[in-house]
Amino acid sequence: MILVWLMLILFAGGIGAWLAESRGSDHPRAVALAAILLDLFLVIMMLLVPDAMGLGGDSVAELGQTGEWLVLMEADWIPRFGVSFIFGVDGLSMLLVALTVFLGLIALGSAWGEIKERSGFFYFNLLWTLAGVIGVFTALDLFLFFFFWEVMLIPMYFIIAIWGHENKEYAAMKFFIFTQVSGLLMLLCILLLVFFHFQNSGVLTFSYFELLGTDVPEALAMLTMLGFFIAFATKLPAVPVHNWLPDAHSQAPTAGSVILAGVLLKTGAYGLIRFTVPLFPDASVAFAPVAMTLGVVSILYTAKVAYAQTDLKRLIAYTSVSHMGFVLLGVYAWNAQAMQGAVMTMLAHGLSAAALFMLAGGLQHRIHTRDMDKMGGFWGVAPKLSFMAMFFTVAAVGMPGLGNFVGEFLVLLGSFQVSHTITAFAALGLVVAAVYSLIVIQKVFHGKNKNNYKMADLSAMEMMCFGLMMIGLIWMGMYPQSMLDMAEPTLRNLDVAFP
Amino acid sequence: MSSDALIDLLQIILLTVTTVVVMITAAFRRDHGLINSLTQAGLAASLLIFVFVEPITPLQVTPLLIIDEYSLFFSALAIIGGMAVTALAYPYFEKHNKLNEEFYLLVLTATLGAVVLACSNQFVSFFIGMEMLGVSLYAMIAYPIHSEKVAKHPLEASIKYLIMSGIASAMMLFGMALIYAVTGSFEFASLATSHSGLGQSETLIMVVGHLMLLAGVAFKLSLVPFHMWTPDVYEGAPVPVTAYLATVSKSSMVAVTLRLLLEADAFAFTQLTIALSLLAAASMIFGNLLALMQSSVKRLLAYSSIAHLGYLMVVVIAAAAVPDLLSIESVGFYMAAYFFTSLGGFAVISALSNSGKELDSITDYQGLYWRNPWLSTVLIIVLLSLAGIPLTAGFIGKFYIFTTGVEGQLWFLLSMLIIGSAIGLYYYLRLIYTMLQPASTNLKDDPAAARMPLGTNLLMAAMVFAIIWLGVYPMPIIETLQSLAATF
Repeated sequence: MILVWLMLILFAGGIGAWLAESRGSDHPRAVALAAILLDLFLVIMMLLVPDAMGLGGDSVAELGQTGEWLVLMEADWIPRFGVSFIFGVDGLSMLLVALTVFLGLIALGSAWGEIKERSGFFYFNLLWTLAGVIGVFTALDLFLFFFFWEVMLIPMYFIIAIWGHENKEYAAMKFFIFTQVSGLLMLLCILLLVFFHFQNSGVLTFSYFELLGTDVPEALAMLTMLGFFIAFATKLPAVPVHNWLPDAHSQAPTAGSVILAGVLLKTGAYGLIRFTVPLFPDASVAFAPVAMTLGVVSILYTAKVAYAQTDLKRLIAYTSVSHMGFVLLGVYAWNAQAMQGAVMTMLAHGLSAAALFMLAGGLQHRIHTRDMDKMGGFWGVAPKLSFMAMFFTVAAVGMPGLGNFVGEFLVLLGSFQVSHTITAFAALGLVVAAVYSLIVIQKVFHGKNKNNYKMADLSAMEMMCFGLMMIGLIWMGMYPQSMLDMAEPTLRNLDVAFP
Repeated sequence: MSSDALIDLLQIILLTVTTVVVMITAAFRRDHGLINSLTQAGLAASLLIFVFVEPITPLQVTPLLIIDEYSLFFSALAIIGGMAVTALAYPYFEKHNKLNEEFYLLVLTATLGAVVLACSNQFVSFFIGMEMLGVSLYAMIAYPIHSEKVAKHPLEASIKYLIMSGIASAMMLFGMALIYAVTGSFEFASLATSHSGLGQSETLIMVVGHLMLLAGVAFKLSLVPFHMWTPDVYEGAPVPVTAYLATVSKSSMVAVTLRLLLEADAFAFTQLTIALSLLAAASMIFGNLLALMQSSVKRLLAYSSIAHLGYLMVVVIAAAAVPDLLSIESVGFYMAAYFFTSLGGFAVISALSNSGKELDSITDYQGLYWRNPWLSTVLIIVLLSLAGIPLTAGFIGKFYIFTTGVEGQLWFLLSMLIIGSAIGLYYYLRLIYTMLQPASTNLKDDPAAARMPLGTNLLMAAMVFAIIWLGVYPMPIIETLQSLAATF
């Protein structure tokens, strides 16, 4: 039930924020803050005192599951189709849910002073997106999963379409159509899978546990798997279905970019780990070389493209694609180190990309441009902001001691056991990353302030947000074991399913 | 005639009585409000009558009509449509048009025709019902012709509909005649038994007969390439009538067509399946493509309805391969979802229009969200449902189509459906986006700022409730549909 509460608080908070607007334009953000803090409190309690929060054996054993699951619940929804509410978290989901709620707070912080117009509807959409994402990370019925997959999409569309920048209509439309069409493809493949399961066993069900191990005819297994893969690769995103992302990120308001980069992309990676590979082990083995190659192409190609950008947000967007290439590589290398690396990269990139987008958004808010050619010498004008930019850029590049390094290093370590060539190329990505990152620092923060921009340095609120993310990254870099331990049972279990 | 038969006919009798009462009252006392209320009361009584009197189903009442759960479901839809149109018509015509009373007479006869169609299981009642519905619609479309400022071109729309509909009826009659020439029967069920033992030339005549029937049906359902009339008629007709055309006239036609195809075992002729597949694919693709270019909301909805009937045809085609139970259930659900969604959409347009001036251009909807949040929320929910987004009826409807299509293994049509839906997203989103833009500042007499009449508000609230309810908790209606499919 605790999982449902996490979502209900956000759904209700969203409606509350919307209604609160009539009492004054500052009220919605207070309501939203209360809802997110309450959620964060619940999540922290779940992490610290799992027993008191109802996590542990009973609910899991009732549903005939063991091991890695911390909590499970089941209730009927549409028995006609064998659809039910099955929610559950294991270590992997738990980490991602925690990341979601934490970044929700950060997004709220970045919207705090930025969103002045129609704030009620904005916070409504923000909270509903977060609720949808939590639903994606916890739903274990494929119908329910698809349902949340779409629920997180529409509020995000509104966020980009209403509060976005100059080219928002195009960006919002592109974002929606890419995700929706690949989603429909996934729906079709979910139905195919259910249909095969029904043919084999005579039971119509969408339950993840039942569908695991479905015997799909060999000729169709690959096609069905591809439907899932395309949907998740679009969200991840991987080359060649990545090109909605630079537009969506650069046009979205800061809070939207933070959520997009920090959380929404992770749903794609999560889908690959949770659904694509376990549901279609054989087809995935056959497909792994292609997927790993796509991962490497994503890493190198988008790093190159990032280098050529002059729009700061677009540049960060392309680097996101590049980093998510490591995740794709890690998932399809499918051994303990690579998987752990993929999970660490997801978490660390969630923080570093969110921070970078928040910085870029903050800069745009202050000087009304994202064009790097017009910037320069900001270190003298806004030292705190520049220091933060330096820190998170270095983190994204993979400085040892910070989270991203651990993740990418583990991915490379794992994939090296699978393919030397692919790993060698992927490792090049680290070099290119250093090049484009240093260019940013040089262009924006060093040199001469050509246009004599004056700007306010980071506010206390912003310092707090960045500080929290900094602590998170250092924690991940110094003591990754705490997170690896949580994800380990899940990954071990998957490892068994996928020799 | 037994008392059982009389009980089962109560709905139709009540509708007929209401028609006569409204006619006589209008002859003596011209009072728009009174006539409107009488019509509404009569329709409500006929909708609710079977709540109080248990009908005996299934029962063949006279050789012409069959009353079973299937017919009751589609009759209920038709009457709900009639009530919705009656509710919308009052504010639409009041103060903008003289002599409004006869309009309700036409709504009643059209609804009666739709109910007869839903209850028909042979060609005679099929034709009677279709013509009653059609002839009433000719007059309804042209109704505001004497208003001071003619909204668009109702007369042109009406004549177009009259001529095209006449041709379609003629084709259907010819088709029926050909089938009758071979089988010697008007009843759907007895056609199936005569399939065996047909000679080569007789089979050919049967195929041609069925194809001609199908062409007529395709015209009424506006499937590509028989769709030419749809956008012009939708645009020219007054909004409440467009709503009626888009919902009642489609749903009752679908009801009788599905019954014909299943009972007459028409899928035994593979040519028919091929023809239907082509119609469906063309409707999904061209309906959506043409909708992209529209600047009028009514035309946009017209093309979108073409696409939606194309989606629905996927289920009808699947009926050849999947159990009847599933296909009837799917058609029922999709039709209900489409019905409520469309009514909700037209209710919003109607709330912003009257017979003097219709708010029809997409640019008129700019900033509607900030001008009138309630109306635009309704329209956004309607558009999301049409696009098939979760939490709405349209999603479960689309899910049904996918399920049935996968089970029928119609891969080609399903891929067309995905492509069509993708194109569809674009124009639904564009309209939503327009509504979310800041409103232009120089609006004079903004109709969105006016007070909405109670009936329209109630209708919109009911439709939004129905859309969300079917989308979130569809089990009750699914159980109803399963039970009606089981007794089909």
